[in-house]
Amino acid sequence: MLSKETLPPLSPIDICMLAGKIMLQSGAETYRVEDTMIRIAQAVGLSSSHSYVTPTGIIFQAGGPEAAKLIRIAERTTDLEKVASVNSISRKLVSGEIGAEEASDLLRQIDSSSHAYPVGLQIAAASIASGCFAIMFGGQARDFIPALVSGGLGYTAVLFFHRLIKVKFFAEFTTSLLIGLVSYLFIYLHIGLELDKIIIGSVMPLVPGLLITNAVRDLMAGHLVSGLSRGAEAMLTAFAIGAGVAAVFTFL
Amino acid sequence: MYYITQLITSFIASAGFGIIFNAPKRTLFQCGLGGMMGWIIYLVLDPHYGTVISTVAATFIVGVVSQVSARIYRMPVIIFSVAGIIPLVPGGLAYDAMRRFVENDYNPAIQLAAQAFLISGSIAIGLVVSEVLNQLLLMGRSSRSK
Repeated sequence: MLSKETLPPLSPIDICMLAGKIMLQSGAETYRVEDTMIRIAQAVGLSSSHSYVTPTGIIFQAGGPEAAKLIRIAERTTDLEKVASVNSISRKLVSGEIGAEEASDLLRQIDSSSHAYPVGLQIAAASIASGCFAIMFGGQARDFIPALVSGGLGYTAVLFFHRLIKVKFFAEFTTSLLIGLVSYLFIYLHIGLELDKIIIGSVMPLVPGLLITNAVRDLMAGHLVSGLSRGAEAMLTAFAIGAGVAAVFTFL
Repeated sequence: MYYITQLITSFIASAGFGIIFNAPKRTLFQCGLGGMMGWIIYLVLDPHYGTVISTVAATFIVGVVSQVSARIYRMPVIIFSVAGIIPLVPGGLAYDAMRRFVENDYNPAIQLAAQAFLISGSIAIGLVVSEVLNQLLLMGRSSRSK
């Protein structure tokens, strides 16, 4: 791989495209991606640009006789750190604090950087959050440990399955099946008290909260296509989780 | 004692979600704070005014906390609001509805599903109202300074 210094700076159009791509992949709302791309375009000297962003792709036209460019987005995760850093780069670019060359270097760095927190810490956070949710939704103190264990296991499983097979539905379905089984095991062994609370607590890290809010925010901002497709994605995830847990109940 | 437990658990849960969503380190405290305030308002209002109204009020507070933190830290609002609304997402209701469907208990299942749908809508309303309010305030301030 070439080192950072030897790469030529990106063209103004590519700067906009890269910024949009990073933001969309990191889970920013569609209207924010479009807004940021147009701001950056103005800052780097493309005055009458248009961008059309959907959750699965970006079309950008720099204005004038230029051809439109297209990027396909296949993988979407949630990475708020990247959203924040691209946002701050666009602010600096607009205010003239940094130039186009510096911005393209910074964007490349962000694009290749990985998750800021190690996987172990993420799993720990997911399991502690699951335990807390079990208490918040009315579980007994004894339900904390079972929810902690099955929530952590569930989050580990969803990371693992997602790497194994690139079908989100399958990963979520299998994970919630696993969560249901483990939670039932805890009840069976008399370690936990309330099966419902344990299961709800442990599936919370999988619940598509960001998708739902983004869907509604996009709809309200007039991005009907993006709003509906994100809503469909959220429904699919909710269905996968529900079906996985429900499958456990049918077999018991 | 009940409320103290709820305060602590909701703070930890929301901050934990901040870590899962890879929120920048210095914003984790605000993520937890927003989630905690929203959840406690929901808990206090829920027995008196019904779930939908209290969810709107709670998300409105989450929205306000997020807008203020976004202004202070100069970051997008979404970073703070996502972790904050997580406790209010009707995951439990959706789960209950799904479970009733599987047990061929359709009437309560439809009821629960409709309730979950309404609550998702009220989360959106709360967030949008706080955002509109923020924009109105901004507009008022900029027109006064002109």
